Amino acid sequence: MEQLHDIGALTDTAFFWTSLVKAVIAFLVVVVAVAMMTLAERRVSAFIQDRLGPNRVGPFGLLQPIADGLKNFLKEETLPGQASRLYFVLAPVLSMAPAFILFAVIPFAAPLPTPWGLVEMIVAPVPIGILFVLAFSSLGVYGIFLAGWSSNNKYSLLGGLRGSAQMVSYEVALGMSLIPIFMIVGNVTIPEMVWAQQRSVDAAVAGVAPETLGIWFAFPLGLAFFLFVVSSFAETNRLPFDLPEAEAELVAGYHAEYSSMRFALFMMGEYAHLLTASALMATLFFGGWDIPFWRGDNMVVVAPGIVAGAEPAVWKTILTFFSFAIKTLFFAFVFIWVRWTLPRFRYDQIMDLGWKVMLPTALAYIVLMAVSILALDSLAVPYGLGYGLILTAINLIATFVFLYLVDSDRVIMGGSAKRPVPPVVPEAVVVDREELIGAGSALTPRDRGEE
Amino acid sequence: MLRSYIPILILLALSLGMALVIIVFSQLVSPLRPTPVKESPYESGILPLGTAHERFSVKFYMVAILFIVFDLETVFLIPWAVSMRELGWGGFFAASIFLVVLTVGLIYEWKRGGLRWE
Repeated sequence: MEQLHDIGALTDTAFFWTSLVKAVIAFLVVVVAVAMMTLAERRVSAFIQDRLGPNRVGPFGLLQPIADGLKNFLKEETLPGQASRLYFVLAPVLSMAPAFILFAVIPFAAPLPTPWGLVEMIVAPVPIGILFVLAFSSLGVYGIFLAGWSSNNKYSLLGGLRGSAQMVSYEVALGMSLIPIFMIVGNVTIPEMVWAQQRSVDAAVAGVAPETLGIWFAFPLGLAFFLFVVSSFAETNRLPFDLPEAEAELVAGYHAEYSSMRFALFMMGEYAHLLTASALMATLFFGGWDIPFWRGDNMVVVAPGIVAGAEPAVWKTILTFFSFAIKTLFFAFVFIWVRWTLPRFRYDQIMDLGWKVMLPTALAYIVLMAVSILALDSLAVPYGLGYGLILTAINLIATFVFLYLVDSDRVIMGGSAKRPVPPVVPEAVVVDREELIGAGSALTPRDRGEE
Repeated sequence: MLRSYIPILILLALSLGMALVIIVFSQLVSPLRPTPVKESPYESGILPLGTAHERFSVKFYMVAILFIVFDLETVFLIPWAVSMRELGWGGFFAASIFLVVLTVGLIYEWKRGGLRWE
């Protein structure tokens, strides 16, 4: 079972056509998934708030996104008189288009053997891997800032400024939380990261395929996962960090002046970003398409058309795709769950968290993981499950220390501050009638007892 | 391999194409009845006072400058991280000089109040 399987490489023509098919199908799947996410958001929020949510259009309300889209098309597109026309129209495009190509580098299933050769189940198997995601996800800042600036509206400008400052602040921590993964995997391509998380394989493939850690990175890199999740929430402007659109203070923030389909483009971009972030959490920290406790899917493409590890098969591709979909949808659900559970931060708390907690923690964590990995290598600990478990123990301690320090309230003053807690049931207030009359400017003559 | 970038171009064309089709189609279908009130910027029902393109807080510039420094740090750390296990302790000490310099910068920034938002 554990050996090399030569399925055959695709010719350039076959590669082009399979890529075209994969790109179009993946694009359509993401468009439909984005539409369904808008419905899921409303249904889950309804469930959390003990309501029903939209359930009238189609079975279970499944056609609601289509109805919403149709409505958006027929609504008037307002254009503020003093807006910069070009940027105003360009901003939603810039916000949506990058979000829809991020998933290109995420593998969504095990490689598929076909009569023409081996087809990797990833839209673009680029060697730069995760760097592509980092590069393109930061382009979203342009859309938000241009939207805020071009609207010529004070709310929009503030929302755009806040959004861009927040996104660049957390991008640093996001990038740094990935560095320990690069240390362990020794590569930046995402298929190899998936392979490194799969169960250790026999010595038969040890020489030809990269070594594997055999444990999902959420365990040996637990604190990195925590930093990544928090930064992802901030990057996607989702609720504990949705300051750019904070409706209570900025109306709708950077898209206050947008209506109709241009507004819908922002929403599509946001949900596409959310799906990509969920897929990244699943892929980088929860094994991607790996099915746990099963060795039949442990395979990696070592050269064009050549697979090391288990033998690829069509049914394995389908099974692993479901594994990937379940993990991704779970994290998408977590995004919605958090949005309808947690309150919003204050802006100074967000910036403090980004620069004074996330960044120093990420820096310290990089040093800690580098020292741990190099020490384990120096002690000649065999790379594999035991190695991963030692790192897991180190991470548990690091996470505990981190949470303890953050919770001690020295860096961020906020709702968790250890102030004296007022009694839950206030004591009965005895109102001194004379005092009330003395202070009572707002009292009517009748309240003062003067008929 | 350079050919693996082709699908990204396909996707870029698809997503830009969809965005443009949506913008153009929506422009054609939707009614357009502008009035002076509709065209004025929304300020919670109050007549807008002056332009929105005012000067804004210098703190945002600070964040932008700090971002460039630390994002570049991340970028420089990636090549070291990828080959860290081959480079061993020598590489680690070389990288830690770089890390220490930037950490000192961060501490200085923090103490000078560059990270303070009030």
